[in-house]
Amino acid sequence: MAKPLVELRGIIKAFGRVRALDGVDLAIECGEVVGLVGDNGAGKSTLIKILAGVLPPSAGEILVRGQSVSAWDAARARAAGIETVFQDRALAVQQSVMHNIFMGRELAGRFGWLKLSEERREAERLMREVGFTSKDLSPRSIVGRLSGGERQGVSIARALYNRAALIVLDEPTAALSLIETAKVFGFVRQARSAGRSVLFVGHNIHHVHAIADRFVVLDRGRIALSASRGELPSAEALITFMERIAGRPAVAAPAGDRV
Amino acid sequence: MSPLRHLLDVNRAPLGTLAVFVVMMAVFFFADPRVFSQWTIYRSVLTTLPVALFLVVPLVFVVTAGEIDLSFPATMGFAAWSFALVVHAGLSPWLAVAAGLVTGTLLGFAIGSLVVRFNLSSLVATLGMGFVLRGVIQIANEGMPIALTSLGESGLRRIAAGFVLDVPAQALWGLGFVILAALLYNRHRFGIHVKFVGDNADSAREMGIDVDGVRIATFVLVGLGAALAGILSTLINYTWWPTAGEGYFLPVLASVFVGGTPTWGGVGTVAGGATGALIVAFIETGVVGAGLSGFYVQFFDGVVIILALIGHRWNQPRYR
Ligand SMILES: Nc1ncnc2c1ncn2[C@@H]1O[C@H](COP(=O)(O)OP(=O)(O)OP(=O)(O)O)[C@@H](O)[C@H]1O
Ligand SMILES: [Mg+2]
Repeated sequence: MAKPLVELRGIIKAFGRVRALDGVDLAIECGEVVGLVGDNGAGKSTLIKILAGVLPPSAGEILVRGQSVSAWDAARARAAGIETVFQDRALAVQQSVMHNIFMGRELAGRFGWLKLSEERREAERLMREVGFTSKDLSPRSIVGRLSGGERQGVSIARALYNRAALIVLDEPTAALSLIETAKVFGFVRQARSAGRSVLFVGHNIHHVHAIADRFVVLDRGRIALSASRGELPSAEALITFMERIAGRPAVAAPAGDRV
Repeated sequence: MSPLRHLLDVNRAPLGTLAVFVVMMAVFFFADPRVFSQWTIYRSVLTTLPVALFLVVPLVFVVTAGEIDLSFPATMGFAAWSFALVVHAGLSPWLAVAAGLVTGTLLGFAIGSLVVRFNLSSLVATLGMGFVLRGVIQIANEGMPIALTSLGESGLRRIAAGFVLDVPAQALWGLGFVILAALLYNRHRFGIHVKFVGDNADSAREMGIDVDGVRIATFVLVGLGAALAGILSTLINYTWWPTAGEGYFLPVLASVFVGGTPTWGGVGTVAGGATGALIVAFIETGVVGAGLSGFYVQFFDGVVIILALIGHRWNQPRYR
């Protein structure tokens, strides 16, 4: 089997005495959609931030295409083809849609002068692709004037722009209507059929089950289950499993070790 | 939105500032048409205004990045001091300029690094750094100025602060500085990064922008501008004073905000800041020119600041 696109090995993340992640191993294959689920506070967003290079892990290793990476940060993660839609959406609300889409990846010529008309054209195309329907919205609209769902659309447009190898979506459908949610599923399927990978975080188990090839359940910083769709054919089976671990006491981990 | 509407919309803050300036000048002109139709009054404003421009414009970047730098008067005095020392030692004035610029840049870098690396409030930290720098100047000079009469016939002075058709050369340099800075602010990757950092530093970091580096760079810009301002004001006066820069503290800060750059970061305007400096410079000239005593200057300063602020608040919504 080919090397996984990204692999996390033994990731630990401690915030003071709190262990948000306690030894997580996770591999994402090329062209695979992984659904990551878990209770509030299970550590999903923390895991994603480590993958995106926003947070440094306290311990553990990150491998991209089989190569161990050092000095992992957000710029390197994006350069390696990992695009993330963060739970907080990571938008600058006083700036235009177009500037947000190209945030941290501006189209610029020599000496860093911006190619604004090119950014505008590309932003227009992406906005059509993501399905912005309102005629009042243009690439130059200020994000602060947009609705919650529209802001999410900007964030998704940004992740779609450079055909990333891995798209990470942290609760992308939380603020979306049914129609908008269906659109997001469409993007995920499109990405998969183009051979790209997706890591999809969600609280709606039916949504996650409908879209993912493999399910990973995170429970208080540890992976409680990793099962393929074949092993877990119905959403109900996944829900039953999650209910079972929610009722179980946490695995007692003495504070302070392995940090 | 039509291109013209868009242009008016994105420039609403500097246009508002321009409107304040035009109204103010109209009032002055009405009060004393004779004084205000003479070139001399404009020439005298244009002689000293550029010094303020070199300070106001970089501060627009710092404020947009969500920070403030209150140490710029001391940085200006310090950089001008190193300029004066080199000139006083009998070396080339051009070498002195280089010394001043290097000093200003290094001080800006040091102040920015202090704020960013130790994660300090820039308001308090730069206030402290301002006192430290001014303190060093005072300790070393014990209040004594450095006279630089040799600057009078130097080529540097002719180029930097001479006259071009009765227009002070520094006004042209100042204008060039403003245009370059406005391009950097509006059309360059650095400018948009400054806005991202001031708008939402967490988002900027998540998108891979070097937030700390951008913040430090804005302080370096202030250091560089303060050095230019200090060198220019020393050139105009042939003398360096240990208090050099102090007089610019409040007028320069007022210009930034009168110009339409809000205090909360993420947005701002270079052109507006420059116009704000023009407004503040003309209040003094205008009040005296209109026949009122100099005691009225501060009062009118305050009135214009408040009115401009109310205007901008009404003109510019805040998005969260
Ligand atoms: N910056 C931080 N400082 C301290 N603790 C943190 C920090 N970020 C996260 N945590 C803690 O780490 C744990 C995991 O948080 P995380 O945001 O990863 O959860 P999550 O699974 O994404 O939850 P949700 O479903 O609510 O989004 C929580 O207990 C949280 O309080
Ligand atoms: Mg989360």
